[in-house]
Amino acid sequence: MTVGLAKSDRDVSREMLQGQEALAAQSPLAIRGLTVSYGEKPAVFSVDMTVEPGQMTAIIGPNGAGKSTLLKAALGIVAPVSGRGTIFGRPLAEQRARIAYVPQRASVDWDFPTRVIDVVLMGLYRELGLLGRTKASHRAKALSCLERVGMADFASRQIGQLSGGQQQRVFLARALAQEADLYLLDEPFAGVDAATEKAIISVLKSLREAGKTVVVVHHDLATVVDYFDNVFLINTRRVAEGPVAQAFTEATLQAAYGGRLATTQLDHLTQG
Amino acid sequence: MLLDALLLQLGYNATLVAIGAALLGTAAGITGTFLFLRKRALVSDAVSHATLPGVCIAFLLMAFLGGDGRNLAGLLLGSAVSAGLGLWCMNWLTRNTRLAEDAAIGAVLSVFFGFGMVLLTVIQTLGVGRQAGLEGFLLGSTAGMLYSDALVIAAGGAVTLLLVLLTRRPMTLVAFDPEYAAARGLPVERIDLLMMGLVMAVTVVGLKIVGLILIVALLIIPAVTARFWTERSDQVVLLAGLFGGVAAYIGAALSAAAPNLPTGPIIVLVSFAFFALSLFLAPNRGVLAAVLRHLRFQRRVHLRQGLLALAQGQAIYEGLTLRLLRRAGLVRADGVATTRGRARAAKALRDEKRWEVVRADMAHEAAAALYDGLRDIETVLTQDQILDIDRRIGGRIDGRIDGPGEVLS
Repeated sequence: MTVGLAKSDRDVSREMLQGQEALAAQSPLAIRGLTVSYGEKPAVFSVDMTVEPGQMTAIIGPNGAGKSTLLKAALGIVAPVSGRGTIFGRPLAEQRARIAYVPQRASVDWDFPTRVIDVVLMGLYRELGLLGRTKASHRAKALSCLERVGMADFASRQIGQLSGGQQQRVFLARALAQEADLYLLDEPFAGVDAATEKAIISVLKSLREAGKTVVVVHHDLATVVDYFDNVFLINTRRVAEGPVAQAFTEATLQAAYGGRLATTQLDHLTQG
Repeated sequence: MLLDALLLQLGYNATLVAIGAALLGTAAGITGTFLFLRKRALVSDAVSHATLPGVCIAFLLMAFLGGDGRNLAGLLLGSAVSAGLGLWCMNWLTRNTRLAEDAAIGAVLSVFFGFGMVLLTVIQTLGVGRQAGLEGFLLGSTAGMLYSDALVIAAGGAVTLLLVLLTRRPMTLVAFDPEYAAARGLPVERIDLLMMGLVMAVTVVGLKIVGLILIVALLIIPAVTARFWTERSDQVVLLAGLFGGVAAYIGAALSAAAPNLPTGPIIVLVSFAFFALSLFLAPNRGVLAAVLRHLRFQRRVHLRQGLLALAQGQAIYEGLTLRLLRRAGLVRADGVATTRGRARAAKALRDEKRWEVVRADMAHEAAAALYDGLRDIETVLTQDQILDIDRRIGGRIDGRIDGPGEVLS
């Protein structure tokens, strides 16, 4: 009797696992049991995440909640303590070409001797190869990517002459040049002007229309309902995950942010 | 004498040294640029100081084994081993302790160099082999350089250049944006290691000519000099190679002409001369250009402010503004605007209004980014675009309004 019960329990859990596996196999980015630690303080603890294909997902949480770390671990930029991730059901190493990453603007030195178009050409790194010369076709492609973010006129400017918003759009153009299937952006709207925000969000929406998957580390709660299909709330641990209507609620925000948000603020946010 | 040296007329040895130095200078300038772009310039200083114990130990080994203690290839091999060990120590310290890289550099540099100096003193007191000339590795010594030495240097330089050519793209990408490079799947750590390996190769090859104390100058000064002249990393690399090569060549020739002068320091001084010239004379980033730019800018600001004041019938109090307006024939000596002055003033005010429209319109973003309150709008937009803007502003614009802030309509 007890043996029978145990067996059926095992079956159930196996079925559940298989279900999860199937989900992970389709997901552009699936993470299981991820823990990342700086020193001995986990920044991300035992997090599962399953990104929906062809949609826009916001990663949301308070400062220091591990949003950027989650992204960097998914990309193999920081090494996790435990856990694993798959990209379209395959290991990261096999799928590099399908991912485009837009790092935080502040992560590079903008006095670096390079022009706008050279930064976008970095996106074509794989096509250029080690010795190949930069051809007219590469330049044309880089220019068309700059066009999409409204920066074509700036192609031969030195990058240090750009405003913060323009720098951000150049980074986005570099990612576009990769023609990836999954786009991961780290705080693309942080400290940019309204024109840039509009330009970036329209590019991201066009990517979604083209069937691409977009994941954005986002800090501005006021625009979540307008911009995104799904949210992933994190505060070291996963708090909630799902469509905005279900996962972006007063309760989940309260859980993620603790007492940091006033109730009136919460009402306003979740109703869009 | 000096001319003879520059034209390679000073005999076999001087010619050999000059050509070897030029090759080394080029390789060092190019390799050093990547280090400079990666903001790890000082690592090379630690690497070079870490070569000294290796040189000494190699000398001792070779002497005790009955060979010639001064065999260059053997000494360089020893220096490479100890430089590699120093590099490894630095990496280990930075990664596994709380020490920052600058502290690790200081620790490795001083400890290795101190140990090397002890060994050097011991060798001198032991009196083994023919140790004379070993201290030449400190500051470089080219007297008595052999053909085989020159070959070692030339081959080392050539291999370094070839490797840089093969890895310039990944090294540039890692230097600019290491996180993005990692996300693309580039082996960032290995590329950094390669960069350090190249630096180590240049250092070891350059020991004989420049000496270990000053090799850092050969790696860094050309890159910093080249940076003054261009905004493109590939051109910085090429220019740094050129500056490095020419400085080393001239320096080696100079020291050949005056044999008592040590080669390394002379090369560094020539290299510094290039740097100083660039610092003052470079077109965009140079000091002189910056001063001139500021003065020109100041004059434009005063002129424009003066014109706007004229257009709005305000008094001008600043002496410089009045002087500039007068010199340009825009106001008379008593401060009243001339006909031309009135026309220019009206145009200035109209341009202000046009700029306002341009800056509010996303379609003109590139033009709007050039707005500085000074530029004539026709230098940025076409005649058609200006007409279109004027239509949008509407009404007649005569450049004279009654009070500040009133909207033209």
